[in-house]
Amino acid sequence: MNQIKSLADLQAIKEKMAHKLQLQGDGAGETRVVVGMATCGIAAGARPVLKAVMDKVAEKKLTNVSVTQTGCIGICRLEPIVEILEDGKKTTYVKMDPEKAAKVVEEHLAGHRVVEEFTIGAAEKEE
Amino acid sequence: MVTSLNETKFYAKQQRVALRNCGVINPEDIEEYIARDGYSALCKVLTEWTPEDVIKCISDSGLRGRGGAGFPTGFKWSLSAKTKADVKYVCCNADEGDPGAFMDRSVLEGDPHAVVEAMAIAAYAIGACHGFIYVRAEYPIAVHRLQIAIGQAKEYGLLGEHIFGTDFNFDLEVRLGAGAFVCGEETALMTSIEGKRGEPRPRPPFPSEKGIFGIPTMNNNVETYANVPQIILRGAEWFASMGTETARGTKVFALGGKINNTGLLEIPMGTTLREIVEDIGGGVPDGKKFKAAQMGGPSGGCVPAALIDTPVDYDSLTKIGAMVGSGGLIVMDEDNCMVDIAKFFLEFTVDESCGKCTPCRIGTRRLLEYLNKITSGKATLQDLDDMEQLCLHIKSNSLCGLGQTAPNPVLSTLRYFRDEYVAHITEGRCPAGVCKDLLTFVIDKDKCIGCGNCARNCPVNTIVKTDYVAQGHKLPSYEIKTDKCIKCGACMANCKFGAISKK
Amino acid sequence: MSTRCKIPFKGTKEQEEKLLALIESLKDKKGPLMPVMQGAQEIYGYLPYEVLALISEKMNVPMADLYGVATFYAQFTLVPKGEYQIAVCLGTACYVKGSANVIDKVKEILKIDVGGCTDDGKFSLDATRCIGACGLAPVMTINDDVYGRLTPDQVPGILEKYMG
Repeated sequence: MNQIKSLADLQAIKEKMAHKLQLQGDGAGETRVVVGMATCGIAAGARPVLKAVMDKVAEKKLTNVSVTQTGCIGICRLEPIVEILEDGKKTTYVKMDPEKAAKVVEEHLAGHRVVEEFTIGAAEKEE
Repeated sequence: MVTSLNETKFYAKQQRVALRNCGVINPEDIEEYIARDGYSALCKVLTEWTPEDVIKCISDSGLRGRGGAGFPTGFKWSLSAKTKADVKYVCCNADEGDPGAFMDRSVLEGDPHAVVEAMAIAAYAIGACHGFIYVRAEYPIAVHRLQIAIGQAKEYGLLGEHIFGTDFNFDLEVRLGAGAFVCGEETALMTSIEGKRGEPRPRPPFPSEKGIFGIPTMNNNVETYANVPQIILRGAEWFASMGTETARGTKVFALGGKINNTGLLEIPMGTTLREIVEDIGGGVPDGKKFKAAQMGGPSGGCVPAALIDTPVDYDSLTKIGAMVGSGGLIVMDEDNCMVDIAKFFLEFTVDESCGKCTPCRIGTRRLLEYLNKITSGKATLQDLDDMEQLCLHIKSNSLCGLGQTAPNPVLSTLRYFRDEYVAHITEGRCPAGVCKDLLTFVIDKDKCIGCGNCARNCPVNTIVKTDYVAQGHKLPSYEIKTDKCIKCGACMANCKFGAISKK
Repeated sequence: MSTRCKIPFKGTKEQEEKLLALIESLKDKKGPLMPVMQGAQEIYGYLPYEVLALISEKMNVPMADLYGVATFYAQFTLVPKGEYQIAVCLGTACYVKGSANVIDKVKEILKIDVGGCTDDGKFSLDATRCIGACGLAPVMTINDDVYGRLTPDQVPGILEKYMG
């Protein structure tokens, strides 16, 4: 890696990463799956969830999908949390476990159907 | 159907500055941080601004310390900048120890580069070349991610020598705490970094003159730092436009206790407690009534239901005897006993008092004895007055913040819930039904079917059979001989017929 | 913390080399004591006298200072934890049902005090606050196993199961 010496260097990285982070919100980038992996998320079982997502993405040979960990999403009560960003739209899946996560990959990522029963709205209605 | 977190009520009133990258980027990838304007603020100050410009910007923004005391950050930076010395240090206090608080942990776990970048900016502003981050050892994931972040920043040339091709050099290292709450106090923290017992020391000399190893040191809290890059990039006016006249910007809170949405939230200063509890927090569960919120942990106080419309900012809360503190916010309902809560925090400070100064070491212990006397029904009203006096003595005579604030949970509960203290003393009754010594367990003789399960489970054999047979039952009921009862609750837990209650 | 640990020190050559390398690597750092002690505890599992003596010698820090630091911070322990960690509840319910007699029996059999560890490193003994199992009083736990409604004469049989 070349060391960063100027604003232009920063800008270059920014441009390279922009589509990955879905910063433009124009739907041009790849689909981004993030799993909340702060202490609370990990304690609630986020590690196996992240693994299940990655395994399923590999198994389905999905391309243009990136899976990554992130910090605290904020709502501890509903951990583990998986969020999917695509076309500038975000879907929040809550109280995940490996089976549910695999189903989300299959239906949402492979089949392009939101699994409503696992979303934050469904969880809140239930309570 | 709501399918995204951003559409929920929990999220709607929040405004994320310190947490802007938490839950968005991968904290272990510096390029994701850069993609979200990371290190642009450092680039800007190093290549375009003088150190004075930086301090002016931070001062104009109105940012105040987020660790608890609320000292104006710009002023602190200007004091350190004025100190004449060849070597200076910057330091980050990440020894977050209040029970129930996890704001700093979340920032370090979710966005460690923001702290690294801000410390470099601070170092440039005051003329320092080396930094320390003191993190509790109980936060292994935060430590791990910080170390990754520092490693990556070095690799990319954002820490080290000639950063952004300038003459500015800055290096950063992580130091671990070892399980002592007092090390969150800044002079104790510095003593601990030196490898000694983490005891506080008197000020002056202030750390800005004599800090770690006697070298001028500027110390800020994690969340304070996390705000800095955004202030530089978006301007002092932008930051000052949020919050209130005396408390600009936002504050992160860890919301816990008797509340539906336990979690981490960031709101503009001046948001009322009602908005936090009812809108963001989703209210108190099980249809119970909100009784009070405890803010600021063992140094803080409580805000009673009657003052729920108080705006949450430094001055408003101090005025009513509570504090913003580091950001722990515990909600309590009618089932919580306020004397018991005060006792909980006092037990904590007694355990954690370092023992260096007498008012704190002995005073907090005596204070706890008064509380124990009250919760066991042995106190007098005179004790209540004496206890209040003792509180004021401890506050005014302790060496450091730990002792000076230790009586706050007692003083504030006394102020708003004196009647509860009095009920313990004069009526021998705990209104919330918490304090064991004042409880009585009773068996409803008409509900008791006489199975004897309670008697078999009683550890002190104080439940006996009576002669009374209730209508419709075949066996005589039982009763609790209260003189020997230790109130463990085993009988109630084992009664399948709901015949036992506590009063 | 007052009683000096009587468990024979069983440090290995590798552990010592690791510690010496650690001290060497931190030598030029300012205020290296805490990182060295944290590293030493990671290597040995606790801070035995021999290890503190070695640190004292190599770093030229008085033993008294090391002892002061080790006893100030909750993270450091001068006594190893046993392979089996015994905890006897001294909460009110257990106490009135005679848990003090149970703890005395354990002390007598294992010849250790509360907070101590047996010479072979197999058992350590702690007294705990109420663990919320008052219906089972008096209660003792050994690692994750819970033993309730104990009498002192049951103790030898229980401990025997772990001695094998």
